[in-house]
Amino acid sequence: MGSRRHVGPNDISAASKIDAKKFTKNVQNIEDKWKLVPAFLKGKGLVKQHIDSFNYFINVEIKKIVQATGKVFSNEDPNFFLRYVNVSVGTPDIPVTYQETRESSPHECRLRDLNYSAPITVDIEYMRGQQRKSSKNLLIGRMPIMLRSSNCTLYNKSSFQLAKLNECPLDPGGYFIINGQEKVILIQEQMLRNRIILEDDGKNCITASVNSATQERKTKTNVIGKAGKYYLKHNIFQDNIPIVVIFKAMGIVCDQEIVQLIGTEEIFMKKIAASLEECHSLNIQGQLQALKYLINKRKLKRELGRVSGSKSSIIDEMRDTLASNVLSHVPVIDFNFKLKATYLALMVRKVMIAQIDGKLIDDRDYYGNKRLELAGSLLALMFEDLFKRFNNDLKAVADKNIPKVKAAQFDITSYMTNNSVITNGLANAISSGNWTIKRFRMERHGMTQVLCRLSYISALGHMTKVNSQFEKTRKVSGPRSLQPSQWGMMCPSDTPEGEGCGLIKNLALMTHITTEIEEQPVIDTAFTLGVESVNSLGGQEIISQDVYMVFLNGNILGTVKDHHRFVNVFRKLRRRGLVDQFVSIYPQHQHKCVQISADGGRLCRPYIIVERCEPLVNQKHLKQMQQGIRSFDDFLDEGLVEYLDVNEENDSFIAFNESYIKEDTTHLEIEPFTLLGVCAGLVAYPHHNQSPRNTYQCAMGKQAMGTIAYNQRNRIDTLMYNLVYPHAPMVKTKTIELTNFDKLPAGQNAIVAVMSYSGYDIEDALILNKASIDRGYGRCLVYRNSKCVLKKYPNQNKDIINGPTFSNNKVIPKHEALDSDGIAAPGQKVEFRSVMVNKSSPITCTASVVTDGKPTSDYKDVPNVYKNSVPAYVEKAMISTNTDNLFLVKLLLRQTRRPEIGDKFSSRHGQKGVTGLIVEQEDMPFNDSGICPDMIMNPHGFPSRMTVGKIIELLAGKAGVLKGKFHYGTAFGGSKVEDICEELANHDFNYLGKDVFYSGLTGEPLDAYIYSGPVSILVLQHQTEVYQTHHNQLIVICSKVYYQKLKHMVQDKMHARARGPRAVLTRQPTEGRSKDGGLRLGEMERDCLIGYGASMMLIERLMISSDSFDVDVCNNCGLMAYSGYCHACRTSPVSTITMPYACKLLFQELQSMNIVARLTLKNYCQ
Amino acid sequence: MEKNSKKDRKILMREHGIPNTFEFANLLDGSSVWSFEKFKKGFSVKIVRETPDKFELEFDLIGCNAALANAFRRILLSEVPTIAIEKVYMFNNTSIIQDEVLSHRLGLIPLKAHPKVLEWPAGEWKQDEVDQQSTLSFELKVTCKKNPQAPKDARRPSDIYLHHNVYSSDIKWVPLGEQHLLHPDGAKKFGPIHDDILIAKMRPGHEIHAQLYAVKGIGKDHAKFSPVATAAYRLLPDIEIVKEVTGEAAERLQSCFSPGVIDVKVSQGIKKAVVKDARYESCSRNFFRHDDLKDCIKLSRIADHFIFTVESVGALPSSTIFIEAVEVLKEKCKTFLSELEEIA
Repeated sequence: MGSRRHVGPNDISAASKIDAKKFTKNVQNIEDKWKLVPAFLKGKGLVKQHIDSFNYFINVEIKKIVQATGKVFSNEDPNFFLRYVNVSVGTPDIPVTYQETRESSPHECRLRDLNYSAPITVDIEYMRGQQRKSSKNLLIGRMPIMLRSSNCTLYNKSSFQLAKLNECPLDPGGYFIINGQEKVILIQEQMLRNRIILEDDGKNCITASVNSATQERKTKTNVIGKAGKYYLKHNIFQDNIPIVVIFKAMGIVCDQEIVQLIGTEEIFMKKIAASLEECHSLNIQGQLQALKYLINKRKLKRELGRVSGSKSSIIDEMRDTLASNVLSHVPVIDFNFKLKATYLALMVRKVMIAQIDGKLIDDRDYYGNKRLELAGSLLALMFEDLFKRFNNDLKAVADKNIPKVKAAQFDITSYMTNNSVITNGLANAISSGNWTIKRFRMERHGMTQVLCRLSYISALGHMTKVNSQFEKTRKVSGPRSLQPSQWGMMCPSDTPEGEGCGLIKNLALMTHITTEIEEQPVIDTAFTLGVESVNSLGGQEIISQDVYMVFLNGNILGTVKDHHRFVNVFRKLRRRGLVDQFVSIYPQHQHKCVQISADGGRLCRPYIIVERCEPLVNQKHLKQMQQGIRSFDDFLDEGLVEYLDVNEENDSFIAFNESYIKEDTTHLEIEPFTLLGVCAGLVAYPHHNQSPRNTYQCAMGKQAMGTIAYNQRNRIDTLMYNLVYPHAPMVKTKTIELTNFDKLPAGQNAIVAVMSYSGYDIEDALILNKASIDRGYGRCLVYRNSKCVLKKYPNQNKDIINGPTFSNNKVIPKHEALDSDGIAAPGQKVEFRSVMVNKSSPITCTASVVTDGKPTSDYKDVPNVYKNSVPAYVEKAMISTNTDNLFLVKLLLRQTRRPEIGDKFSSRHGQKGVTGLIVEQEDMPFNDSGICPDMIMNPHGFPSRMTVGKIIELLAGKAGVLKGKFHYGTAFGGSKVEDICEELANHDFNYLGKDVFYSGLTGEPLDAYIYSGPVSILVLQHQTEVYQTHHNQLIVICSKVYYQKLKHMVQDKMHARARGPRAVLTRQPTEGRSKDGGLRLGEMERDCLIGYGASMMLIERLMISSDSFDVDVCNNCGLMAYSGYCHACRTSPVSTITMPYACKLLFQELQSMNIVARLTLKNYCQ
Repeated sequence: MEKNSKKDRKILMREHGIPNTFEFANLLDGSSVWSFEKFKKGFSVKIVRETPDKFELEFDLIGCNAALANAFRRILLSEVPTIAIEKVYMFNNTSIIQDEVLSHRLGLIPLKAHPKVLEWPAGEWKQDEVDQQSTLSFELKVTCKKNPQAPKDARRPSDIYLHHNVYSSDIKWVPLGEQHLLHPDGAKKFGPIHDDILIAKMRPGHEIHAQLYAVKGIGKDHAKFSPVATAAYRLLPDIEIVKEVTGEAAERLQSCFSPGVIDVKVSQGIKKAVVKDARYESCSRNFFRHDDLKDCIKLSRIADHFIFTVESVGALPSSTIFIEAVEVLKEKCKTFLSELEEIA
């Protein structure tokens, strides 16, 4: 599988030399073809892959699962049965009374800490006594519902309707709400299943391995080429089994047949000879002998004790195991091993070919060999497991109850509705992220995450995150590095730094992930197109030179003679809509086969089809689309645009844009900017930046403060950061518009001067204008919540809320924020230790003494106290009930913060910095028109970072401000620098964006022209890093850059302590800000002090200020004495010395392990 | 001080920077002993432009050094007092806008009140007793309701709701103590300058009720007290055509400068570029883009000719603000002198 062919500029120049005229005709640009992208996104939104997958699960797959698993019998009564006829998932609701329910909205679930789930109902037929009964719409559990899926309340609602439901119309959905928490099931990257992968173990031992996965089991089968012989390696066998033995066990007894299956060419015959020889030396000729051999080699299993039956039954069982475990995905019908043997022979043949040509070894990191598992398929696995458990429970209940003679006849339905296995199982899996499926011995953790709501973009970015199964701690470069085959599927920029680098990826904008497609129609089509089934052919014919083998989802379908025609016609049919659009077909010439894929989890993306150097999409179509007559699906239906998956991309000749279209071009890229993801799409001019900078920005864009959603003011989140005055960036990108970032922006446009100022700006520190801050720049709101549940206890007692306490007719200070109902009133200020909810709990809660059923009157105060030293205001109070019908009080607390020294800001180019100094407006430099910058950035940030994109953003921002329009900094496009310069010049500004500035301090003009203009700035959710170093003022440049304010704020990080809590065991100060811990003098600091010889300082830091402790030491035995008397030698001469408590503890611990440490004392003066 | 002639006090504007600013640095400027007489002779102020509302003023300071001009600029920005809302007592705020944000917005609304009306606040702010000598009180009380007379098919918020926008005109002066006797026309005299500043948006059921207290302050404390939108100066540009520019190049040259700076004169059928008025040149230096024009022009600025622009926020006319600034500077000098004497 070679890398994908993209036509580069060099190719075209070569081509134009050959026949310039021929191609000039085709170099017309299709204007506005990028509008296909919004059309593509319009249909399903930005997280279509999640929603599609979940829809497939609740509408199709769940039915298949129930149908496949669907019967319960009892050991006790042979007549008893329970059969599932149908299953369906309803729409989310909340129980109102015991019987009634009402429709629920996601927002209600968020606020009330409920599950957003819908009932799963089944239609069943069962036996009640001797009667056959049927029952419909029986509730068996509740299914958490993905937002915006087909069963969600929000499905197909207009913006207005969504607003009524308190839902943000721009929210993409695709997550679940469990206990009021928004949970995302991350996309999981997995190795391809059911395909032959050739590997080299490094010792020149080539393996062909197949990971088989079927509904029932998962197995791995390997064929190893070792020392000139071939073996089968499988979990069920102890050793490697000679391959010929397996063939014989499968019923291919004749050596000639085996050779014919593998290949009759000279080379193959030579290679297999040794293996045949080996089989003969083992004296295995027939199937029975082979099977017996295998029985001996089989790993001991638990149920072996049971298999003491007749000899033939053991052999039959072996054959059965062979059929179901070796290459389990290849079906064996009535013990016809033909297909399986052919498959195995193919594996052997592949190993042989790879031994001859090392290049054929597969690249494990190639993205065509990967499949993505989404919420739908993961939930399907979980549901199947739970459903089986549910049925086992039912069987157990039936077994237990049927023999009992009761007044009422045993009715299984009453046990079905009260079983919470499915409800709890699904909810727990999603809320904990632990996917434990015993059947597959699968135990995965961290499958779900709480949706990151720091900003709108972080939530979006979270939905496109792809997690891979590789161990993060391993230092492997292969899976981490960017694979050429990821082009257009995975964002090349958006990956975290550090351990997850390259393993955690993000989908690109146009990526679609397939769901499973029905196989039968594809099989039928293939057979109609001349594919011949393997069963009707002999080995010789199957591997014949001029025949290609056809595979469907890794299974052999048959052979085809004219593969070229077959592939072409198949594709034509697909474009006509006669085959599902997501079925991919591509030939593998090295292995002489045609692969058809119709499985789920493949990545694909749409391309414009090019025929005879002419893109099929033309201006007319686009015009119709703009008029609204034509949708993206019409393009697909008419065969103008088609989806290609990674493997088929590899077989296509795709032009980057119209000018690259050549004679044999098959497809045209819709728009190059779509190869980036959501986060990278925010960067203006990313194609001008050094690549890691875009990666840094992807990480930082997620912590930028701004707006979260239109419903942000109705939410009560644990933590929410908002900007008071957010701006849409001056320099937009098309992605920004597509993702609606301009409607829910995070950041502000600041006039930035690129110059040095005061020396408080080195190491990326920024200088802020105080007047700008006064006027509201970078001002942010921090929301936190405070939760309180009123519990009920078994002895009828309940928690209660009391009103505020009075003393001398005045409310006591800590109750000042309370309303008369004992809950803090909206608008009230809460300070450190003030009470927010004046809750009291009963002292006796156990059910030991129920005093006449009356609750006791003894209560103790357990108030909800505000624990932050910076005061906050109560924005709102919510009183409701939670799932268990307990009173739930939620308070929303608000703080307003203005930027201060140490707060973190960043532009959109991975250039973060903290505020180094806040300067009065009169001290800021100003230009001819009296403009002074909001922010000064040091020019030293540029040379090493090479963020040319930021320089252009500044220029474009400036021109945009002057003209009153937004410029575009779209990747691989956007406004051209020349045009921007011209625009600046037309507005009487310097074309380079540099202006004359005057020093605000001296009033003299500065030596240099200052590059300045508006830049989009992200206000990060901030960090304390105060730099104080001196530096001379020199260069100056001034314009507008979008800045983000990041979430790290000094207020959240500052910490100091003199005395405070200590750890119980060691008596050393505690660790960490949250525990009011001490500041650690670490090892390296200690080394410094040792280096200085500051011994008294060391004693002071490490002992006196930490855990100094006075102990009495016996002068005789050197053991620790107690209150002036040694209990070991029963004498009293002791000396008191000071040592760290940890040291004393060590001695005692050693003593307890029978090691005695004795202290030998000497007089200090001697 | 013979350098004082216009010719020699030029700051050269080259393609990539200004090479000779140091020649005119404040510190170097005392080439001979400074004397008041000489300064007085060389110094002049010319008022160039004043808008009819008197809020924008352009004038020239000629013959002083940057330090003096800058001192005026700095004082204008941050030390001339004005009155702005400082304390907000929120009685009811059920609107969407947060109390703190609303207060911040109210503070930034420029008020008409003349700063001389109030005295400086004395000491700490006391919640219970408000000093009428140093405080102006306002009230903001708006309730949004559904419009009962709304046309049936109306959709626009302005039609269906009453008071859905809170404007600065809703801020009403409330006299404290005897203020209504002192200022019978206070309501007109003290309110917001602009009536149409949008403070908040509301929907039926929302209400804002707040008591606002305005005090006197300076821009150094908070930008809301700054009397000017901006006050800045620039140096007078000077253009010298070193080599004659004719024909097409002349027009090209014209386009490189601000409108009205370069004139193209036609004599004997030959177009020729001449400098008409360099004053309004923005010094964009765009002629450096053209290789042929690069060396024809010498662009510079006069180091001691400051074109001052003062844009008042509206409480005071710009000219008054400037005079105030001079007063402040004078006061500072006096203080400094008296302190010097104390040392001596």
